[in-house]
Amino acid sequence: MHVPEATPGRLSRARRRHLFRLLPVLPSVLLLGLFLLAPVAWSFYASFTDVALSGKAAREPSWLGLDNYARMVSEPGFPLALWLTVVFVGASAIVGQNALGLALALLMARGNRALARTVGTAVVAAWVLPEIVAAFAAYAYFSRDGTLNQLLGVAGAQGTDWLYAFPMAAVVLANTWRGTAFSMLVYRAALAEVPGEIQEAALMDGAGGWQRLRLITLPMIRNSIASNLMLITLQTLAVFTLVWVMTAGGPAGASTTLPVLAYQEAFKFGDIGYGTAIASVLVLIGMVFGLAYVRLLRGAAR
Amino acid sequence: MPRQAQPGQAQPKRAATTRALTGLLAAAALLLLPACSPAAPQGTEAKTLKVAYQKTDSFTALDDVLTAAKAEFEAANSGVTVELQPIQANDDDYGTKLALSHRSAGTAPDVFYEDTFKVRSDVDAGYLLKLDEHLASWPDWANFTEAAKAAGRADDGGIYAVPLGTDTRAIWYNKTVLQKAGIAVPWQPKTWDDILAAARKMKAADPSVVPFNMYAGKATGEGTVMQGFYQLLYGTGSTLYDEQEKKWVVGSRGFTDSLRFLKTLYDEKLAVTPAEALDANVWKKVFGEWLPKGKMGATVEGSYTPSFWQKGGAYEWPGYAKDMGVAMFPTQHGQAPGGVSMSGGWTLAVGAKTKNPDLAFKFLSTALNRKNALAYDVDNSQIAVRSDVAADPAYQAANPFVKDVSELVEVTHFRPATADYPRISSAVQEATEAVITGKQGPAEAAAAYDAAVRKLVGEDKVIQK
Repeated sequence: MHVPEATPGRLSRARRRHLFRLLPVLPSVLLLGLFLLAPVAWSFYASFTDVALSGKAAREPSWLGLDNYARMVSEPGFPLALWLTVVFVGASAIVGQNALGLALALLMARGNRALARTVGTAVVAAWVLPEIVAAFAAYAYFSRDGTLNQLLGVAGAQGTDWLYAFPMAAVVLANTWRGTAFSMLVYRAALAEVPGEIQEAALMDGAGGWQRLRLITLPMIRNSIASNLMLITLQTLAVFTLVWVMTAGGPAGASTTLPVLAYQEAFKFGDIGYGTAIASVLVLIGMVFGLAYVRLLRGAAR
Repeated sequence: MPRQAQPGQAQPKRAATTRALTGLLAAAALLLLPACSPAAPQGTEAKTLKVAYQKTDSFTALDDVLTAAKAEFEAANSGVTVELQPIQANDDDYGTKLALSHRSAGTAPDVFYEDTFKVRSDVDAGYLLKLDEHLASWPDWANFTEAAKAAGRADDGGIYAVPLGTDTRAIWYNKTVLQKAGIAVPWQPKTWDDILAAARKMKAADPSVVPFNMYAGKATGEGTVMQGFYQLLYGTGSTLYDEQEKKWVVGSRGFTDSLRFLKTLYDEKLAVTPAEALDANVWKKVFGEWLPKGKMGATVEGSYTPSFWQKGGAYEWPGYAKDMGVAMFPTQHGQAPGGVSMSGGWTLAVGAKTKNPDLAFKFLSTALNRKNALAYDVDNSQIAVRSDVAADPAYQAANPFVKDVSELVEVTHFRPATADYPRISSAVQEATEAVITGKQGPAEAAAAYDAAVRKLVGEDKVIQK
């Protein structure tokens, strides 16, 4: 053999060096695998079994195949929760946080500076609060003897029990209130990047305010819109604490979104198999949204 | 300790790689060390018993008793440490947390507080240790009543848990509110209609009071069925589960009638509003606000009710002994035995994965000895399950209602303690919620319940009655 002995040695050395360079990321990869990927994989596996918190199935779970997934279609709880999740994400994230955030950012860009700062602080305050605190604040606002009804009382109007009569509207408003700051900050940063000359040029060409927004500003911040939509959609899909504290999914399941349903099935009824099946569907929905936005981003970058 | 010295000894090497490697090795050695320790002499090694139980702002009686038992036990068994692990949660969440901790030997408690209706299902899951041998050599066991012994029995006939106490349910009424409405006290309704008639009188006398509360809806969980629906259902002659056939009852007239009673109560505003009923904390207002302030006529509650009001309770109310009365919940039309009650209760059990079963049982028997059982039953207003405690003057004088609620043991019922019970219970709660919110009529909600039960347990496990 004419292959010099040094070559494989050098190769392996280069390779070793390469591997050595990867060493610093090894712990984080291991940790991610251990604490993120492994639970997701386990939960995916569990969704095909009848593993339970108590009873015989807790000791020796049996393989069910797709039974848990078939159950979702046949039971009314799941389709309702899926629909409520779509409403929740659509109304509070895509419309509420996103549109309100953009509107605030646009207004702040032209409004007087002191006013902009005051509004900005008020909006960011909700974002700074930990989720549990924000949830309690929203509960205190909407509950029977809460702030809203007291204000209505002062105005002479008769309030109702909002969390009972309009549970979805209450959690949608609460999530909009809590999350708008994020969209607003993203859009403020994006708007600052839009060069003033282009706006001026459009102005010279006789474009009106609405036209400038539609034809100049929005296309130029398209990238930020896509990233923002992706982040807030995924975050809103996963909202649990807010709904749990405010309504616990009630009354009669009228505000049970998928995370709440998964929790109830797995831990209230001890049916971990079915609960993890719902969670798996939630992960899949998140992935579909993620992919859609990534494509949108790629289109924007081109 | 040599453990800390180990990694340091390997340090003085040059190359970075080897240093990293030795670091890893040292870490591995650290991990392996505990595995080697069994080889070391064991005599001096301290043993630890983990005790898991529930503790809330309104339930500290068990914490007090277990703290006392810990001191007593540690004094008698040197070298053994009892580690108390109170879990601050409501009943549902406590059950979940406990079940999760049982899934791994590392987190499973040695001794724990267990609801009687979960015993069978948790024995099936392999969480509880069979106690028969230990009980045989425990002289105190003879003092436990037969019903108490049965509470810890599983399907295989073995005993897996020892009860701390039991409870019954009754109508607790505020005498002043009733008297204002012209109702003579002591009050004892004979039929459901007597209850409605009295409630309507109270409403007419003072529209601002809540005349008669029965929990309903999913928010109050087991409270909805134990202090509400089952009081009705078991007084119609119907039942939830046929113990002989081992089948769930569907299509019973009693079920629909019970829902109709709740509908009347809520529709005529004789109970709390549906919105209040669906608040998981409504019971706190019942005990803490409405009854003491004379804003509620009566409620269906457990025999443990005085524990909230007596000295040291969560809602201290010195006047409760004078102002409150207790009545047996009547059957539908006054049929025999004339009254109905529901019983539950909690036990102590030993974890199946414990490394020290003998010590664990020893701690359990300390916590349940005469002195500690008496303290617990008095503090928590429990009905004693040890005959020597029941005969104790201190127990009989604990509160003015001990005699009344203890007598209800004769008409009491227990929940079917099967593994699928929690889901059935939830279906019942859903039916009550649908009815009080007006989402479904009684017949419709009963039909939905029947369909839910059929789906849950299968066609071959239901019986039409």
